[in-house]
Amino acid sequence: MTMATMNDTVATTTAPVKRRSFGRDLAGLAVILALAAIGYLLFPNNLALLTRITAIALLVLSLDLVTGYCGVATLGQAALFGSGAYAAGIAAVHFGITDPLLMLVSGVLGGAFAGLVCGVVILRAHGLPQLVLSIALIHLFHEFANKASSWTGGSDGLAGIAPDPLLGLFAFDLWGRTAYGFGIGLLAVVFALLRLIVRSPFGMLCRGIKEDPIRIRAMGASPRVAIVKMYVLSGAVAGVGGALNAISTQVVGLDSLSFTLSAESLVMLVLGGTGSLFGALAGTIVFMFFEDIVSAANPFHWLTMVGALLIAVVLFAPRGLYGTAAAFVARRREAGR
Amino acid sequence: MQTIFSIAVDALAYGMVLFVISIGLSVTMGLMRVVNLAHGAFAMIGGYIASYAARDLGLGYGLAVLIAVFGTIVIAVPIERLLYRRIYGAPELTQVLMTIGITFCIIGIANYVFGPTLKTMPLPPGLRGSVDLGFRSIATHRLFAIACGLAVAVGLWYAIEKTAFGVKLRASVDNAAMAAALGVRTEIVYAVSFAVAVGLAALGGVVGAELLPVEPYYALRYMVTFLVVVSVGGAGSIPGALLACLLLGGIDTAGRYLMPEFGEFFFYLAVIAIVCVFPRGLAGRTR
Repeated sequence: MTMATMNDTVATTTAPVKRRSFGRDLAGLAVILALAAIGYLLFPNNLALLTRITAIALLVLSLDLVTGYCGVATLGQAALFGSGAYAAGIAAVHFGITDPLLMLVSGVLGGAFAGLVCGVVILRAHGLPQLVLSIALIHLFHEFANKASSWTGGSDGLAGIAPDPLLGLFAFDLWGRTAYGFGIGLLAVVFALLRLIVRSPFGMLCRGIKEDPIRIRAMGASPRVAIVKMYVLSGAVAGVGGALNAISTQVVGLDSLSFTLSAESLVMLVLGGTGSLFGALAGTIVFMFFEDIVSAANPFHWLTMVGALLIAVVLFAPRGLYGTAAAFVARRREAGR
Repeated sequence: MQTIFSIAVDALAYGMVLFVISIGLSVTMGLMRVVNLAHGAFAMIGGYIASYAARDLGLGYGLAVLIAVFGTIVIAVPIERLLYRRIYGAPELTQVLMTIGITFCIIGIANYVFGPTLKTMPLPPGLRGSVDLGFRSIATHRLFAIACGLAVAVGLWYAIEKTAFGVKLRASVDNAAMAAALGVRTEIVYAVSFAVAVGLAALGGVVGAELLPVEPYYALRYMVTFLVVVSVGGAGSIPGALLACLLLGGIDTAGRYLMPEFGEFFFYLAVIAIVCVFPRGLAGRTR
């Protein structure tokens, strides 16, 4: 996957570059908040959809950590998202932990634990067997949640989650304003943290593993340990998304552990561009709005459209929307110099 | 005893159907190194064509099978020319995305053309009843599926081990560049084996229609099963695929008979265990 080396790779340590990447972090945060405000103004009656997009954006960011930065192709990322959602939901329904921040913590822990399990299992193999392991894992999680119905509600879903007001001040209202604000806040915090992590020496190590694991091993680092760590981190991020989904919709269904959700999150990531946090966000937003419009018209045409979209992206824009746009801007800048 | 016997027969029939469908996937994956998630979609196309020919046009079973196999090849070869060509040697993620995109498109189109209902395949009178073995009777269709599987296994073994084409095929699997340098036209080897693989998938889709019912989400539902067979057996290995099919067919059928409430839980658990222990497949070679 050498083609996905993004131009926002900031490998050098010179001061101007550092300052510029910090500026990009701030710009990214500003863009997220501005888009959130525009969304709020444009769709005040559809905040549930916007909150759902925020939760899925967290899932796609987590997938980007393992697929885009470590080069692990997985079709089972929803296992981490669903584990986070169920952990938050079970904490609320069975243990009476209804404070949203504590539910969030249990979601993060649940997601991180699922990330550890999936990471250890998936890294046993490479190539096709790895892909098959990830698919088998998501199905196993799905079947398990379906069977353990006394804890998860089975195919009826886990209902009856009633979160307390956030910080004791903001109740989760019928219009979903609090949930939306909470979601955007979480997304901004996670995004800022991830920007720091992917630029850290650890993030660089993971990129190096993606490019050439043998050389990294020769340099004395263990690729396996680094990727498992990244998987735990990815599980925590996906867990935040799952917990947000559980808190905002107040129900957790089996669809949050489905193969379809895993495949769709991969489509969103590739549509936006792998190996870039901005790409993950852009892909999610475009895909979710597209889905909302088309699937309302006809769910089966929707599937054909997604298929055609995928083929088109692979053939004409293998770097995704953000990657292609960034490359275009960079070329223009070169030409202008 | 009764239960064990019926589990054994069903497992054998199911395993053989799996084998007929996925052996083509195994050979093309070993040959072209393409992770082809759309293979199940070709089996589904075969099932649809046969069902249309037999039910709506009123043709005989044998003729319907032939039409299905050739029809699917006719549909698949342009797809190979236009789309698959571009992803040979591409990174895995690209191949997964392209083939899953093709699968989604085929599902959407099948749904639009044939509707979301289950398609049945009317069996000829000769396959409808059951055969008495003296102490037990077996559905004739199961026996037919088993016989088809064995015939395909023997036929492929002969074609790959004993014919000139098989020699070229094995050479291309081992080292495509070297084979091409020695005068093997790998393009043609690729195209022929892709066509044979798709034809076998269609045959399996028709013969197995009783066990794996044909409906639009067929391609997605069984995609995992076929991929699992290939990765458990080891890509490109016929004995490995046969062993994997019988093993997985046995586990799945036994699980359904003995613990139906657990669904496919044990199937996936077994898959994870096998792949963890044999990361290159049961008959995989070290590269």
